[in-house]
Amino acid sequence: MVQSPADLEFSPPEPVAGVAPAAGARGRTPVSTGHLVLSAVLPGAGHIVRGEWVGGAMLGFTWASLLAVLFLTWDRVAAVFTGPRVPVDGALAVGTIAVLLAGTWAWSLYDLAVRAKRPVRKYGDSQWAIAGRHFKRNRMAMAGLMVMLILYAVTLLTPLIAPYDPTAQGNIVETRYLSPSFEHPMGTDKFGRDVFSRVLYGSRISLTIGFIAVGLGVVIGGAVGAIAGYFGRWTDTVLMRFTDMMLSFPRLILLIVIIALFEPTIWLVVFVLGLTGWMSVARIVRGEVLSLRGREFVQAAKVLGMSDSRIITRHILPNTLAPVIVYATLGIGTTILIEATLSFLGLGVQPPTPSWGNMIADGRDALLTAWWISTFPGLAIVLTVTAFNLLGDGLRDALDPRLRT
Amino acid sequence: MISYLLRRLLGAIPLLLGILTLIFFIINIAPGDPTARYFNPNVAPEVIEQMRRNLGLDRPLHIQYFSWLRSFATGDFGHSFGQMRPISEILPIVLWNTIQLMLVAVVMIFVLGMLIGILQAVRQYSAADNVLTVIALFFYSMPSFWLALMLILVFSLKASQWGWPIQFPASQMTSVGYEFMGAGEQLTDRLMHMAMPALALGIGSAAGIARYMRGSMLEVIHQDYIRTARAKGLSERTVIFKHALRNALIPIITLLGLYLPVVMSGSVVVETIFAWPGMGRLIVDSIFQRDYPLVMATSFIAAALVVLGNLVADVLYAVVDPRIRTD
Repeated sequence: MVQSPADLEFSPPEPVAGVAPAAGARGRTPVSTGHLVLSAVLPGAGHIVRGEWVGGAMLGFTWASLLAVLFLTWDRVAAVFTGPRVPVDGALAVGTIAVLLAGTWAWSLYDLAVRAKRPVRKYGDSQWAIAGRHFKRNRMAMAGLMVMLILYAVTLLTPLIAPYDPTAQGNIVETRYLSPSFEHPMGTDKFGRDVFSRVLYGSRISLTIGFIAVGLGVVIGGAVGAIAGYFGRWTDTVLMRFTDMMLSFPRLILLIVIIALFEPTIWLVVFVLGLTGWMSVARIVRGEVLSLRGREFVQAAKVLGMSDSRIITRHILPNTLAPVIVYATLGIGTTILIEATLSFLGLGVQPPTPSWGNMIADGRDALLTAWWISTFPGLAIVLTVTAFNLLGDGLRDALDPRLRT
Repeated sequence: MISYLLRRLLGAIPLLLGILTLIFFIINIAPGDPTARYFNPNVAPEVIEQMRRNLGLDRPLHIQYFSWLRSFATGDFGHSFGQMRPISEILPIVLWNTIQLMLVAVVMIFVLGMLIGILQAVRQYSAADNVLTVIALFFYSMPSFWLALMLILVFSLKASQWGWPIQFPASQMTSVGYEFMGAGEQLTDRLMHMAMPALALGIGSAAGIARYMRGSMLEVIHQDYIRTARAKGLSERTVIFKHALRNALIPIITLLGLYLPVVMSGSVVVETIFAWPGMGRLIVDSIFQRDYPLVMATSFIAAALVVLGNLVADVLYAVVDPRIRTD
C-alpha cells in the first residue's frame, strides 16, 4: 500500500516514553495527601475513595483477613514464642503473616504514591515485560496464579489456622466417621482425626515436593539437553538415545520399582521423581540449543575466546528459559499427581504424616459409610493441579510469540 | 516404506537392550536380593547360601548380566518365587487382560478426545468451547485413582444403595457365573466390568488429546484449501470430516506414542483399585512380595509394550503422511 501524505498526517501519534499524558498517569486523578493517610490507616481505602474499587477491595480484604487470622489465633501465635523451643513451622507461619501484612500495607501506599505518577509505557519493552502484559490480560491464568498464591499462603499458615491437631485421635468411639458438620467441615476419619486439618497439613507435602522434584528435573534435563545440543555428534547421539530409553519406560512403574526396593522415605521420593522427570526438559533444551548454536551472538562469543561452559551457561541457556519455565509449571502439576499416586499405593509419605494421597487411601476402606475421607483430599489435589495447569497454559500463551494474538 | 520400517525396527533393539540393562542395574543396586524373602530365624545361613548358589547369585555381576540377557532374549523369564511357577506361564494371561483394558481405554481416549477437539475447533470461542475447555482441564488435572474411587462410590456402591437401574461392578473382570453365560451375555458382562476402569484410565488423557486436537484442527481450518473447499460449495460436514480432519490427524497420531506410557502407568493404579487381574496389578503385587524375577519380567514387558506402541505409531504416521516415507 502506498501511503499518501494525508495518511501520514492522520496516523495517530506514537506515545513517547517519559511524557505523562495530560489527565495524570494511567488516567488517574492526582493523589492527595488525604488518600495516602487513608491508605496508611486502612490499606486499600485510598484506592476505594479514588474510585478504584477492585484493587482497593482486594487490598482491604487481604489486610482484614490477615489481621483476623492473627487475632483469632492469638493464643497459638503467643504459644509459638513462649514454648520451651520455637517450632519451625509455627515461626514460619507467624513470619508469613508479618511479611504479608507489611507487604499489603506497603504495596497500597506504593501503588498510590509512586506507580500512579509513573506513565504507562507501551512500546520498546523487553520480552519478559511483553509476556507479563499478555499474562495479566489472561483472566484464567490470573485466576490460576491467585489460587496458587492463596494455596501457598494457607500452607504456610497451616499451624495457625488448622482447627485440630492432624494426628490427634481423641475418643475414637465417639469421634470417628463423623459426617461433615460445623465443628468438622470435612468430617472425621476412622481414627477420629479431623479431615479438614489433615487436608491443610497434607498440602505441605504436595506443594513442596512438586517444586523440589521439578527443580531437580530441570537442572538435570537442562544440563543434558544443553550438552547434547551444543556438542552434537556422538555426545548428542548417546545422550538422546538414553533420553529416549528413559522416556519409553512407564514413569510410574520405574518409580514403584525403585522406591519399593529401597526404603520409601520422603527424600527418596523427591530424588527419584526428579531423576525420572528430566527427559522432556532435555528434549526441549536440546531443540532450542540446536537452533541457537549457529546464531551470530554465539559465534561472536566463540571468536572472543570464551570457554564452552561460559557460552552455554551465560549466552545459550538464558535464551532457552521461556519454554522450560512453561514446562516446569505444567510439570509441577503432573508431579503432584504422581506423588499422590505413590502415597496412595503406600510408597510415598508414610502415615501418620498426612498427605493427600495417603488420606485418599485411608478412606478407601470405608468408602460407602464415610465418603468424605477420600473425597475432600482428592478435590484439594484437583484444585491445586488445575491452578498449576492454568498458570502453565497462561505462561505458554504469554511467552510463545506464535500463540499471541 | 519397507526400508523405513526396517530402520525403525532396528532402532528399537538398542532401546530394548538399554531398558533391560537399566532394570538389571536398578535391581542389583537396591539393597537385598531374591533370597531376602526367605530370611527367617529358622532358616540356617548355610541354606540361604546354598540358595544363592543355586540361583547363580554368587557369580560376578557381569556374568550374571550376560546370562540374564541371554535367557531374556530366548524368552526364558525364569520362575516366580511368589507363585511358584514359570513366569512364561503367568505372563500371557495377565498380558492379555491388560491389553484388553488398554485397547478399550486407548480407543476411548482418541475417539472422545478427537470428537471433543473437533467440536471445540469448529465452534471456536463459543460457550460450548469455553465450557468444554474448562471441563477438559478439570479432568486433565484429576488423579486417576481418585476418579476411580469416586466412580466406584457413585456408580457401584451408591447406585446399589439407591437402587439405580444400572450398577457397574466395582472389581474383577467377570461376574460369578461367567463360565455358564452365552457369548452375548459374556460380552456385555465383560464390557460392564470394563466400563469404569477404562473411563478412569482414559478420561484424563482424552482431555489432553482434546486440547491438542482443538489446536491442530484450528490450524488446518484457517488454511486456504479449506476456503477453496467451502467455495466449491461442499457441505460443511464434508469440509470438516473429509478435508480438514485428514490433515489435522497427522500430529495427533504421534500423540499415541506419547500417551502409551501414561496409560501403561495409569493401568498400574487402576488395575490395583478395580482388582483387574492384569499386568499393572501383577507389578505392584510382585514388588511388594519382593518377587524379583517377576518384577524384572513384568517391568520389562511393560516398557517393551510401550516401545512396540511407538513402533505402531511410527508406522501409522508413515501411512498417513507420505512425506515421512520418502526421506
